[in-house]
Amino acid sequence: MKALDRKLLRDLWHLRAQALAIALLIGCAVAALVGSVTTWQALQRTQARYYESPPLPHVFAEVQRAPREVADRLAELPGVAEVEARLGSAGTVELERGVTAPITARLMSQPPGGSRLSRLHLRAGRTLAGPGEVLVGEGFAEAWGLGPGDRLAVVVNGRRERLRVVGVALSPEVIYAIRPGDLFPDDRHFALLWVEEAALAAALDLVGAFDEVALVLGPGADEAAVLAGVDRVLAPYGCAGAYGRDRHVSHRFLTDEIGQLRSMAAVVPTLFMGVAAFLVSLVVSRLVATERSQIGMLKALGWPSGAVAGHYAELVGLIALLGAALGGAGGLAMGQALARTYARYYRLPLLAFEGDWAVVGLSAALALAAALAGAAGALRRVQRLPPAEAMRPEAPLDYRPSLLERLGLAALLSQPGRMVVRGLGRRPVRAALGTLGLALAVAIMVVAAFMNDAIDLMLWRQLGEAQRQDLSVTFTGAISEDAVGELRALPGVRAVEGQRVVAAVLRHGHRSSRTPLVGLSPDGDLSRLVAQDGTVVTLPPAGLVLSRQLATTLGITPGERLRVEVAERRRPVLSVPVAALVDDLVGVTAALSRGDLEARLGEPGLVTGALVAVDPARAAEVEVAVARLPKVLAVTSRPATVKALHGLLDELLMTYMAVIAVLASGIAMGVAYNTGRIAWAERERELATLRVIGLTRGEAWRILAGELLALMAGAVPLGLLLGAGFVAYLAAAAATDLFRIPAVVAPRSYAIAALVVSAAVAVVALVARRWVARMDLVASLAARE
Amino acid sequence: METAPRTPVFEARGITKTYRMGEVSVPALRGVDVAFYEGELVVLLGPSGSGKSTLLNVLGGLDVPTAGSVRWRDHDLARPDERELTRYRRDHVGFVFQHYNLVPSLTARENVALAAEIAREPMAPEEALGLVGLSARLDHFPSQLSGGEQQRVAIARAVVKRPEVLLCDEPTGALDAATGRLVLEVLSRVNRELGTTTVIITHNATIAEMADRVLSLRDGVVVEERTNTAKRTPAELSW
Repeated sequence: MKALDRKLLRDLWHLRAQALAIALLIGCAVAALVGSVTTWQALQRTQARYYESPPLPHVFAEVQRAPREVADRLAELPGVAEVEARLGSAGTVELERGVTAPITARLMSQPPGGSRLSRLHLRAGRTLAGPGEVLVGEGFAEAWGLGPGDRLAVVVNGRRERLRVVGVALSPEVIYAIRPGDLFPDDRHFALLWVEEAALAAALDLVGAFDEVALVLGPGADEAAVLAGVDRVLAPYGCAGAYGRDRHVSHRFLTDEIGQLRSMAAVVPTLFMGVAAFLVSLVVSRLVATERSQIGMLKALGWPSGAVAGHYAELVGLIALLGAALGGAGGLAMGQALARTYARYYRLPLLAFEGDWAVVGLSAALALAAALAGAAGALRRVQRLPPAEAMRPEAPLDYRPSLLERLGLAALLSQPGRMVVRGLGRRPVRAALGTLGLALAVAIMVVAAFMNDAIDLMLWRQLGEAQRQDLSVTFTGAISEDAVGELRALPGVRAVEGQRVVAAVLRHGHRSSRTPLVGLSPDGDLSRLVAQDGTVVTLPPAGLVLSRQLATTLGITPGERLRVEVAERRRPVLSVPVAALVDDLVGVTAALSRGDLEARLGEPGLVTGALVAVDPARAAEVEVAVARLPKVLAVTSRPATVKALHGLLDELLMTYMAVIAVLASGIAMGVAYNTGRIAWAERERELATLRVIGLTRGEAWRILAGELLALMAGAVPLGLLLGAGFVAYLAAAAATDLFRIPAVVAPRSYAIAALVVSAAVAVVALVARRWVARMDLVASLAARE
Repeated sequence: METAPRTPVFEARGITKTYRMGEVSVPALRGVDVAFYEGELVVLLGPSGSGKSTLLNVLGGLDVPTAGSVRWRDHDLARPDERELTRYRRDHVGFVFQHYNLVPSLTARENVALAAEIAREPMAPEEALGLVGLSARLDHFPSQLSGGEQQRVAIARAVVKRPEVLLCDEPTGALDAATGRLVLEVLSRVNRELGTTTVIITHNATIAEMADRVLSLRDGVVVEERTNTAKRTPAELSW
């Protein structure tokens, strides 16, 4: 082994604590990158593979009733490869085991021999063999412990049918199983059921007809043209407009999730890498300054400048590679755990986690590049240092009175205070880098806390302030508002507000959106339009209130008129002015006063649903009573939704965020430790001199601690600002039609971020007491080598 | 006593060196003409700030003059070509520094190897350390060696490549008199036995008594040049 290589290894050993801190930090960055990217890739591959065979249809449409022959006409449209006419319906489920809350179901037909397009993935039992049999979705089956052999009753179209469970299944078309209009899955109160086509046709009076259709397109097909063609063919049969995968709810949820993972994969590791690069820069700068005369000596001996700089680059490289190795292994484990969590949550029957070595390799290369970029300045100094430097002692730094002193505030500073201030002022770049490093640690803590805060706010706005009902009731269709009176008459019901929801396609210019119009009671108290800042938008007597997100999608501003193609009954086309926008967080809304909606439709006195407030003591009883009313299709309990939602968040987001928070605390410690070490290395000689002159250990320590404190004081506000900036970016990057993540950070989270990093610095400052106490005065003052 | 004319190995004509410190320029050498001959031991004498270190740096290819010419055999040392100067230092020059400049994380043997590894025909590091009387301290780290021993390691590091020139910057500056004499013995022996042209800079006039020739510098010019008729051995020196 060459002498220079030995020096490398021994230097590394000498710097082991700092090197390890940097390696761990780089490891955190690499782990976050590898973990996020492999999770993202795994989900993307899993989705692709799940959709592959049989292919997930590209186009979907619902009609009221169309004869079977119409499907053949769809098959003739150019670009269409395969058509499957289906039956689908909502229903309610009655389990035999005394269930109180009503259960809504979506029933889907299975042709004899199984569906060609959406072949079910059987998880237990067997496929359907005859009438009287049912396959249940896995989520619902698990929520109630159902399996082959169990029995349940289904009410469809007013008819009650007893069915025997023969199997448990999954379908790529309903990965995210939610009730229409809901945003979160609730497996206990929503069931996916597959029954024989003939039996469902009989129950729905649709023998020889269909009410849903799915199409697979051939390669290179023009989806827009097919959509237009399908609309044309199906228009006479009550089609509200065909739509592609991009509007398919289940597909969108999963795709949005994958997209969000992707933005997280970009932001968090970038932050970590940035911090790592800063630390490397600090440590290597310090090392190069200390070894100035050795560097000069090597050059004087005849080592080429490039080789000497290469020696220090190797040191950085080794640290980075150690970090990359740790991070790569950790990241793969993290990716696997996260991908499994997602797969479990979305009930994906397969998981294509491939733990790509390419990702690990690329992340390692990035880490190496970041570390070398951090060290670049110091390496350049090594390269440029003239060999004659070896002959000169280090000149005393050019100190001058600090700004504070020049302002005449010197009296405010003690002698140690002056040393601290002048020290920082003398090396402003290094002080700035140290501050920035600590600030980034603060910022990472803020980002780690933000998701939690954002979700809390989202839930509070949506489920605390906007929706204040206990039960949401959906009727079987548009019925007389007498139903509202019937609900109000039930014992235990405190308030009822009727709603009219109309399926519609909203158009503005060439842009469109399938968003139902919601007619609300203008003076309603149970359902309100609440913006993310908490303002309540009151419904104007006339005109629409749109979610800002929807207005952006449609490119419309208040005052303009929206073309509304009503997709039910007489299918009128309306022109409705947009009166106001609401900056809401969950879903997209097109709301207007019920009176206005009725007047525009020319259909007064009809409701499609109702919001109910109940006496909490009688909630369960009221829920059952409501569900038993005729014409009630579904009842959703808000407390149940909140509970389901928390389950979801705990499982998914919190896992990810907990990992990030642990990494962030690690980073805070790493940055604090290194900053302390560097401050110590720079002051060691000076402090030794002061000790020799007669300063006590405590007095000498206070100078060191003061410097750390000064860096910290600058870092906290800067870090909070940086954190807020990253949060704003993340929130913007993660916004979808389904959720807008508010860029809010609770004051508590800011405080925690500041406290954790301050605590880390305080611990290091305390440890520094031991460095000062153990200082060997003679050795520290001996000639520098 | 010698048969003239000898060819000088070093020849400097009218060299000046000016350092720019912000807005002021500080002249370190102001027109120095010197020549050094093969195998001689020369002491450059002068107080601090006299320009002796600057001259040594120029001779060693660590620095280039602002004006004037310097040659070592057929090497032009006045041209600021970093690559060529590195080559020159690597192949021909051995340096001994006032503060030894050993790598603290390497043993005596490894410090010497650092120079041997890049030399064309080096001696074994052990041999070089034997030459300076440190055969028993091969695997000691600098922190385990006395100041005199550290300086002898530095000399071993300088001579291991069998340099033609040995340039020493205040080699005894950080040592007590007895240890200093020991180090000077070693330098004198290297000069005698290997025939290495040796230049020692010092502000200690006593050391000049061991030289073949003494150049005195003051304010960047050579103020006196004398040849020692009665050279003394380091053991005879006292300060």
